[in-house]
Amino acid sequence: MTALSAVALLALAGCATDQPTAASSGGSSAPATGTGDQSKFFVQADYDNELALLDATPTGPADKPWEQVLDPTMVDTAKYAKAGPYKICFSNAALNNPWRQVGFKTMQAEVEAQADLIKEFVHIDAEGKDQKQIADINDLLGKDCDALIVSPNTTATLTPAVEAACRTGLPVIVFDRGVDTDCPVTFINPIGGYGFGHVSAEFVSQRMTPGGKLLALRILPGVDVLETRWSAAKVVFDRAQVDVVGVEFTDGDPAKTKKIVDDYIRRYGTIDGVWMDAGAVAVAAVEAFQDAGKPVPPINGEDQLDFLRMWKDNGLTAIAPTYPTYQWRTPIIAALRILDGQQVSNPWKLPQPTITEENLDSYLDPDMPPLHYAMCGCTGLPGYPQRWK
Amino acid sequence: MQIVQRRPGLPGWAGAGGVLPILAILVVLLILVTVRQPDFLAPASLMSFLGRSAPIILLAAGQYFVIVSGEFDLSVGALVTAQVVVAARIIDSDPTRTWPAVLVLLGGGALVGLVNGLITTRLRVPSFITTLGMFLILVGAVYLWSNGAPKGGFSEEFRQFGRRAVEGVPVLGRVPYSLMVLLVLAALAVLLTRSDFGRILIAVGDNPRTARLSGVRVRRVRTIAFILSGLAAAVAAILIGGYSGVSFQAGAGLEFGSITAVVLGGVALGGGRGSVVGAMLGAVTLELLFALMNFYGVSGALRPTVQGAIILFAVAVATRRSSSR
Repeated sequence: MTALSAVALLALAGCATDQPTAASSGGSSAPATGTGDQSKFFVQADYDNELALLDATPTGPADKPWEQVLDPTMVDTAKYAKAGPYKICFSNAALNNPWRQVGFKTMQAEVEAQADLIKEFVHIDAEGKDQKQIADINDLLGKDCDALIVSPNTTATLTPAVEAACRTGLPVIVFDRGVDTDCPVTFINPIGGYGFGHVSAEFVSQRMTPGGKLLALRILPGVDVLETRWSAAKVVFDRAQVDVVGVEFTDGDPAKTKKIVDDYIRRYGTIDGVWMDAGAVAVAAVEAFQDAGKPVPPINGEDQLDFLRMWKDNGLTAIAPTYPTYQWRTPIIAALRILDGQQVSNPWKLPQPTITEENLDSYLDPDMPPLHYAMCGCTGLPGYPQRWK
Repeated sequence: MQIVQRRPGLPGWAGAGGVLPILAILVVLLILVTVRQPDFLAPASLMSFLGRSAPIILLAAGQYFVIVSGEFDLSVGALVTAQVVVAARIIDSDPTRTWPAVLVLLGGGALVGLVNGLITTRLRVPSFITTLGMFLILVGAVYLWSNGAPKGGFSEEFRQFGRRAVEGVPVLGRVPYSLMVLLVLAALAVLLTRSDFGRILIAVGDNPRTARLSGVRVRRVRTIAFILSGLAAAVAAILIGGYSGVSFQAGAGLEFGSITAVVLGGVALGGGRGSVVGAMLGAVTLELLFALMNFYGVSGALRPTVQGAIILFAVAVATRRSSSR
């Protein structure tokens, strides 16, 4: 069961486990505020870079963040230019959680929107298995693809397979998680976990009274995306001198989350702030306060609609940083530009918008189901809204 | 039907399989909790604690029937998850589908129990393997069916069983519906164990051969025990879904939780000894222990370790006792 739930949880986080790189720097020696040692996944240079990107101004059309780039470095793609329509192939790490489901539907819709340029779109789901994805990529190399898109399951293990694909001369586009090689034409992803953790922790700690009691709820340890979120939040909490009374793992289980929060409410009387490393159980955390008859403290979630609706309906003090699903549109756009010989940025860093009180209303899409991710950039795509239900 | 003879000496409630040891542990834990958290026994927090513990208590009662008859049910956690995901899909936020969904869940729970029972008793597959297989089948089926992302949602009417309460009750304040469901079903469970069926069940677990020779239809009795466990899982799924909403994690680990509770409550693994009240008190104790760990600031990550240690310890103690009797 443990193994199975771990798989489900990794899936929930929209990512898979990778070992921390050797370059990890140790913890910053912050005063004890209950946050413990810094995560061994913390890399200072990456952290500094992501925080700088949060303030960068993107280039590209403002109404199409999936086409925007932060801090662009353009690369020449003339050697890949050929006449269309094209056959585009996609090796997908997994489809096993709502985030990837929404993302893949968005990608399919983008393919449909570009139907005059794409004659065939081949998708293979690796079902969260490294070995299957290595075999999948190998299979796709024999299928006369004009471009190969890879969303790797894990970084280190998939690197040789991606390198092999590059050697065939095929333009390779990697997105979401990276690989340890420069051979792909471009690597597309949003700012990342440090940005998420920083934005959410700043919001929650600033709206708490100084010295207030904060409960940090994490899904599970050892997953790089989640560890980076937590490590950036820890830096903020240590600096803000809030009293982190608990750092608990919820396994992404709403029942467990409610019990944990309920116990903390009983133990401390009040909790002044709740920080979460992912939005999956944010609704359960809010319900725990409601069911205990307590006001809901400042809290962060993610862009899933169940949380956004609860936020609106209850007038919460909340924020929702995102890991936008619109990034699934970008690889298709990039592939078509590369095959047309246009320059693209490498890396292609996408903006990572945050949903706040001010813009909340524009993301409350009544047509979409509760687990839909609002930051899908999909309202103008073919098949909206039915495709995402 | 007089096939169970009480062993001479201690009265039933005090000896092996009696509820006295678990009551003692429960009292000790209550004292420890009260020392740390004086208002834990205040009606509001006690009601909330009992309400949220109702599902695991019901699962422990269901597991009791199976274990006391000499079998195991490892499928209940996966069954709860499957039921929660199925209920969300059926209801799809439409209040009028609440009661049909409840019926489907109860029917589904009974059906899974029936299949477990028939495979175990008719095909003679050890129940450990049968229900482990059922566990894997259910987990896999749910993944396949929903692609890893639960769809649909509950209605407020469905969620009220696990989330809402009768407000303004004198003294107690807020009495959760889940607690009332628990009390009714616990009373039924006790009545059932006091009936002929309850005594036959223990006889079957104690010595199936003797029971068979006394004219008991062992296979049927054990199959009914599995059906009861499946029904308990269905009710637990309704309460858990109501408590916390749609999730793939809804039933995670509940099979071990319920077995730990049953063992903690003095029910012998292998069957033949123990009471349903003990099993349910075992579940309360286990939940209280987890709450206590939280109050004393022990990491929640230790929970599985504690659970494993309890199972090993309780079984070791029970084995010593039974070999020296």
